[in-house]
Amino acid sequence: MIDFSPFYLTLKLALATTIILFLVCIPLAQWLARGGSRIKAIIEAIVSLPLVLPPSVLGFYLLLAFSPENTFGKFLEQYFDIRLVFTFPGLLVASVLYSLPFMVHPLQSGFRTVPESFIEASHILGKSRYKTLFRVLLPNMKPSLVTGLVLTFAHTIGEFGVVLMVGGNIPGETKVVSVAIYDEVQAMNYHSANVYSGILFAFSFMVLLAVYMRNHRFNKASPLQ
Amino acid sequence: MIEIHIEKKLRSSSGEMQLNPDIRIREGEFITLFGPSGSGKTTTLRIRAGLTSPDRGFIKTFGEIWLDTTRKIEKPVQERKLGFVFQDPALFSNMDVKENLKFALDKKQKKDIIYEIMEVMDLTGVQHLKPGKLSGGQKQRVALARALVRQPRILLLDEPLSSLDHDMRWKLQDYIIKIHHSYNLTTILVSHDVAEVYKMSDRVIMLNNGAVTAQGSPEEIFSNRPTSMKFQFIGEVLKVEAENFVRIVSVLIGNQIVKVIAMEEDLHGIRTGEKVFVSSKAFNPVIRKIQ
Repeated sequence: MIDFSPFYLTLKLALATTIILFLVCIPLAQWLARGGSRIKAIIEAIVSLPLVLPPSVLGFYLLLAFSPENTFGKFLEQYFDIRLVFTFPGLLVASVLYSLPFMVHPLQSGFRTVPESFIEASHILGKSRYKTLFRVLLPNMKPSLVTGLVLTFAHTIGEFGVVLMVGGNIPGETKVVSVAIYDEVQAMNYHSANVYSGILFAFSFMVLLAVYMRNHRFNKASPLQ
Repeated sequence: MIEIHIEKKLRSSSGEMQLNPDIRIREGEFITLFGPSGSGKTTTLRIRAGLTSPDRGFIKTFGEIWLDTTRKIEKPVQERKLGFVFQDPALFSNMDVKENLKFALDKKQKKDIIYEIMEVMDLTGVQHLKPGKLSGGQKQRVALARALVRQPRILLLDEPLSSLDHDMRWKLQDYIIKIHHSYNLTTILVSHDVAEVYKMSDRVIMLNNGAVTAQGSPEEIFSNRPTSMKFQFIGEVLKVEAENFVRIVSVLIGNQIVKVIAMEEDLHGIRTGEKVFVSSKAFNPVIRKIQ
């Protein structure tokens, strides 16, 4: 009998990661999109690191940081009673960091597509930055919003390295689909591995297809831009 | 009374320039900032609106201090309550015409003003169209209408008509003159079209290299000597043809081409594309009704 709890865990992780990143990345991407400075270049480089680093590197450092043996991990455990190694919250923090560029980049280019004059016009009409963001900026960059949301969601589903390093393989707590597949293959259960893989494959394809079709309707080019 | 005294160092392709205009404007005046591109007209307007900060400066508007760098006062753009229309109409593409105007409403303002302004600007028929479906002239009319929604006392226009064709320009100039009077506005226009400046402004302020070099009525600024000419138009020279002893100059005035006969020595080297006055003192105008 196939155990579907890894799917539930994966969806929960992907959804939570996407929501957190969406809220964090809107101000971050807006700040990065306008003007340039040395600090912005440094922040942009840090944001993009997960794109080039092997997930195991990020996972390794996070594992070290989260470990109760070390300062940060000890601090969290002593003052907040939180342990991030081999737990779902730890997995979530790792996911958020690892998928950061997949949310920031589409939003950043989205903010750049809205003309500066829109922002100035809104300010002259007496509207605050907050109102300008919600009534003028975000509605005029819908394709980028959709792209950021879907890419982040899909990318989190596809995570493996970071998840394995930080979360390990605890059923019902940190055993997501990608780890479950690896596990089944190791145990020579090719049938289960096949079912897990097939579902993940079909799901990922459907998600991407939906985004590309939607963005074609908006008459905007590739969502990866 | 509006007083503007600002200083800002500007960097352009032609090097550094010190913007340092000193301008006084009476309530209800229609002022044009005129000058070559890069003379600081737009920056002056942007500082006026609060979109750009000057290095040093002082702006007083109808008795209220908007900017005083010595006392660290700089009123935020949102609170200056003025109308501003750019060259780019900057209409929000996610909203239709009416929604664009509605967006401009202040918190406690009544909606009636929107319908009134749409009526004045002849936009009622297109109120449900998105900006993408509008012509260039309609877009600028919406931008003007939107700028009026908060009922500002000051209207700033940064070459709002420069991307429109001649006929549309002419029509929109009439709209601007109409709203200037009917809403008791004090208007500052940036333009480098002599005909436009001549037609619209009470007073012209010449900016050159960041400083005010001359100011006065359009006649004083553009004709070297004030004369008692009865009929005077500004036009653009399209063609100069030699015919026996004279030259025939085709001049575009408004959207009409007028042929003027001139002696070569009268032309003073006028070439095609230049702006000229076409005037006459002694002739009998005949008036007849337009059918």
